[in-house]
Amino acid sequence: MDLFLTDPIKMVYDWLMQLLTGWGLPGAVANVLLILVGIVVLIIVAMTIDIMLVWLERKVVARFQGRLGPNRVGLFGLLQPIPDIIKLIIKEDITPTGADKVVFNMAPILSLASVIFLWAVIPLAATVYGADLNVGLLYLVAAGALGTLSIIMAGWASNNKYAVLGAYRQVATMLSFEIPMIAALLIPTILASSLSLKTITTAQGGVWFFWLSPLGALIFLVAAIAELGRSPFDLNEGESEIVSGYHIEYTGMKFGLFFAGELLHAFTFGAFIGILFFGGWSFFGIERIPGLGWMASSPYFGAVAVLLKGVFFYWVIMWIKYTVPRIRIDHMLAFNWKFLTPLSFVLLMVTAMVNRLLQDFANTPQWPIYVGGMFLSNILIGWITIEILRVYGRKQKAKEPVHPAAKSVAAPSAGHH
Amino acid sequence: MDATQVIFIVSAALIVVSALMVVTSRNLVHAALWLISALFGVAILYVLLEAGFLAVVQVVVYIGAIAIMFIFAVMLTRRDMLDKGPQVNASWPVALGLCLLTFVGLGFLLSRFGDKFSHLPGALPPNLDPLLALGNALVSPQAFVLPFEVASVLLLAALVGAVYVARNHK
Repeated sequence: MDLFLTDPIKMVYDWLMQLLTGWGLPGAVANVLLILVGIVVLIIVAMTIDIMLVWLERKVVARFQGRLGPNRVGLFGLLQPIPDIIKLIIKEDITPTGADKVVFNMAPILSLASVIFLWAVIPLAATVYGADLNVGLLYLVAAGALGTLSIIMAGWASNNKYAVLGAYRQVATMLSFEIPMIAALLIPTILASSLSLKTITTAQGGVWFFWLSPLGALIFLVAAIAELGRSPFDLNEGESEIVSGYHIEYTGMKFGLFFAGELLHAFTFGAFIGILFFGGWSFFGIERIPGLGWMASSPYFGAVAVLLKGVFFYWVIMWIKYTVPRIRIDHMLAFNWKFLTPLSFVLLMVTAMVNRLLQDFANTPQWPIYVGGMFLSNILIGWITIEILRVYGRKQKAKEPVHPAAKSVAAPSAGHH
Repeated sequence: MDATQVIFIVSAALIVVSALMVVTSRNLVHAALWLISALFGVAILYVLLEAGFLAVVQVVVYIGAIAIMFIFAVMLTRRDMLDKGPQVNASWPVALGLCLLTFVGLGFLLSRFGDKFSHLPGALPPNLDPLLALGNALVSPQAFVLPFEVASVLLLAALVGAVYVARNHK
């Protein structure tokens, strides 16, 4: 019973192992079988969350647009995703003429799979995780590369010019925003001196990394939105320009897989922001109140904390998506290469240096010096960035010729008094 | 036969078949996709050798950057520009002979290894972090700091050269 409260996965594993070996299966075979069962269970959990995300996304976008959203099927429209899925499944499945059939059908599967891969490394609690890789953060980048590959495959195989345009745009976005994203991922790596997501979460037992590097968290959020292809970086879909881009030719559940992949991807990145910068499974500091220490070791509260943080940052991503309009592709590239990439490199170097200088204070009674120094160095970089942007903006404004229309409006008002 | 061997055989077969398809496929994008499949198979082999870092870097660099650039370049060509001509030229017997010779030579060398292939390599010591060891080796003067820095300067030179070539000369 005690094990049930601290390590339920191990308990279930031991119980099933005993059961299977009791039936006469060799230990090695039973082990492989149980690992496969674990993978299937993980996918089912992720997909069940995904179904509810459809409802969440529709409800939130409705609220942002002053509508009610789904409210007919079930309580608060909670069962709405089920008719949605039935509709997608019974729709006609169309493969356009000239499409590359195998690649066309593989693309949506790979798209969703590249997101589900990510769930293998998400630590829901100290004892509940798929795999504790010592290269967890690089794995995150590798899975993103497979997602981009799926979009290229969809764009190319559809035999449609809009689809190819969408794929080109996605590659441009991905190849550029991967650089600030990796730089931002290196900041938790420096702070925890590990690439493993579990060690990074454990290292935030004292102070969340957000307080040590607020700018790093912000850069990661921006790069994550670009990687997700959500507004303002939704150039790969650009409904008003290239009519939904790479998935224009997909119908029914094949489109559904892209859609489900996108929603789950956004939520997964929300969870990653929570894990990398906001303490992962630590329950908002409540577990540090005397008498509530058992909450820190309970995997159930840990999983709830990770999912709550994930939903919160998913909401932040939606908030940005439904508030900010799409930016032009040249603006996007300039924003990345001339602003975000230099900023993330400067931040990375400063974080590494300040961390090295003040590290000795970290686990002593003088820890506020460490936290304060890291926080202030971030604020300082942010302030210098804003100053540089202001000076640059003024120079650009001064260079700009005054528009004739502005002159003719300004002239009469000047002579009025 | 344990699970590791099954995975090895499956991924080795995947690599061989994919590599064959890369050179025999007439559609350039298909060839690039088969190349990705072969590279992915190599990543699986790295995982089997407990070289997790190399496996992930293989996917990030080869699939995430190089293969995607291949496909990108191929997609910029015309869709129906398939090669209709013969897939081999006049010197194919020479190539075949060289390949066979290399295969026989490799087979001979491997047969001289003796019983090294009859048992699996032992597991890594539990307190060894290969990633940490690699990182230390790259910046240690006793190990690879000089080649590492030379490679960095080379890459930087390539980067500067690319910027110079692409710059708008006025």
